[in-house]
Amino acid sequence: MNWLLEPFQYEFFRTGTMAALLAGVLCGLLGVYIVLRGMSYIGHGLSHAIFGGAVVSFVMQWNFYLGAGLWGFLAAVLINQTARRTRIGADAAIGVITTASFAIGVALISRYRRFTQSFDAALFGNILGVTWTDVAVIAAVTLLVGLGIFLAYKQLLFTTFDSEVARIYGVHTEWMDTLFALMLAAAIIASMQVLGVTLIAAALVIPAITARLLTDSFDRMMLYSATIGAASGVFGMYLSYYVDVASGATIVLLQSSIFAVVLAIVSARKLTARRLTHTHIG
Amino acid sequence: MQPLVDLNHVSFGYGATPVLEDVSLHLHAGQFAALVGPSGAGKTSLLKLILGTLRPTHGSLVIGGRAVDGSPASQVAYVPQVETVDWNFPVTVEQVVLMGRVRKSGIWPWPSAEDRRRVADVLERLEIAPMAKRHIRDLSGGQQQRVFLARALIAEPTLLVLDEPTSGVDMRTAENVLHLLADLNRQGITILMTTHDLNAAAAHLPWVICLNCRVIAEGAPEDVFTEAILNRTYHGEMMVIHHDGMILIHQRPHHHTHQDLLPNPVLGHSAPTTPVMVLPFVPGESSVHGAQNVEVAYELAA
Repeated sequence: MNWLLEPFQYEFFRTGTMAALLAGVLCGLLGVYIVLRGMSYIGHGLSHAIFGGAVVSFVMQWNFYLGAGLWGFLAAVLINQTARRTRIGADAAIGVITTASFAIGVALISRYRRFTQSFDAALFGNILGVTWTDVAVIAAVTLLVGLGIFLAYKQLLFTTFDSEVARIYGVHTEWMDTLFALMLAAAIIASMQVLGVTLIAAALVIPAITARLLTDSFDRMMLYSATIGAASGVFGMYLSYYVDVASGATIVLLQSSIFAVVLAIVSARKLTARRLTHTHIG
Repeated sequence: MQPLVDLNHVSFGYGATPVLEDVSLHLHAGQFAALVGPSGAGKTSLLKLILGTLRPTHGSLVIGGRAVDGSPASQVAYVPQVETVDWNFPVTVEQVVLMGRVRKSGIWPWPSAEDRRRVADVLERLEIAPMAKRHIRDLSGGQQQRVFLARALIAEPTLLVLDEPTSGVDMRTAENVLHLLADLNRQGITILMTTHDLNAAAAHLPWVICLNCRVIAEGAPEDVFTEAILNRTYHGEMMVIHHDGMILIHQRPHHHTHQDLLPNPVLGHSAPTTPVMVLPFVPGESSVHGAQNVEVAYELAA
């Protein structure tokens, strides 16, 4: 039992674990919508876009959360609108808008070299730097995203299932897309400190696709995805502590391992079921 | 009396390409009409204009006395083509049907007692009540079509719009779907559907609209399904046979060589989808001979 409690004597572990748990729930919930919309790439793209916003905020001396949040939200809306109003597909729109935004960040860093180190943390995550204020921000974002999903549950479900038909049935799909873009941008900014820009996409997608393998029910998929996200956040922190590897990478590697195990089990079950069917037919 | 669907000189196009030109159409409450025409004739665009997801470039469009200008009318429900549905999406039959109540249900994520009662009623009415908790992928083609019909009906529409409800299902299921639609129409719902199955439209629908960029003709099938009108609509050689009180329509068959029937090395199998194409047809012979050919073809197709 000592190994469970020992790390908690350190402040950084307490704040880091709490942040990882909350970020896991947050990314797990939103990941379900991302995966079912077939937009797995958006997490990757938007986190890179927000990185650009974070650098701009630093240069302009704006508040990080406000500047990067606004930048990320605008990028998400721009992606949606470009994909909706032009012949460019969502994947191409993500590619253009987010890499351009990321390039702005890289260009500014190369111009003002003095803050390179702090942006290493933004790129790869820095669990040691998580403060209770950061935890409070992640908690607030988790609460607000949870509330948004709760109140717009039916509309979001219908929009995710079939956006065009949802509009015919009276759902304001543009509002739903905007709400989702807002929630996603907020989640990425909140999780950036824990996971880093480069690993957020995985945290958004892996728990959701693992949950999809486990169930055919939307509600259960949400529950499983959030649980996998939270559990891998906490146990990833333990692994990171004992193996002495970066926390973001450990969390994502743990999630990938869970996915691989679930995939193997589900595939084996399917194979067995198919064999049994063949035996019965034979 | 004002028509339920009132299109006056409506035109629409994607960029410089015109899709619909000067379309005027008036559908009255209680009508059951089929919109027919070749692929690219503008059928789906016309449905989308009526559904309010597209805006006309010219003309006016009034549904139920209210001008539609790119915003969906509340009294219209829509059943999409089954081919467009994501069958792997993790939802049950009940959840899909509940989507039809999205305008009327409360703010809470869970369905109210009233929602549940209405879902049970509509599933009972369409004879799929035992499937309520099943995943949509685990149903037969006919049952899947009924799920989306149930979602439309629970919205209590006055106008039901269906995009090719008989495509992607077998002949018996298609027939059952059309019978079901006729029943719903008798209960007072106005129905507009697109179809490529001219024979089914001739047999089951009282009103047909032939469209090819413009409305070529509209009326009862026996008046509209003439070779002259169909040739204008489809820009092809159409054959109309009146046999035993039925109207049978086919494109004039042309002979295929064995080469035509071989699999295409790039695009896959290129065999014609209707076996009637390979049957011999002798121009100038009596319609009775033609009818016999078609009957044989039907047997082969079945």
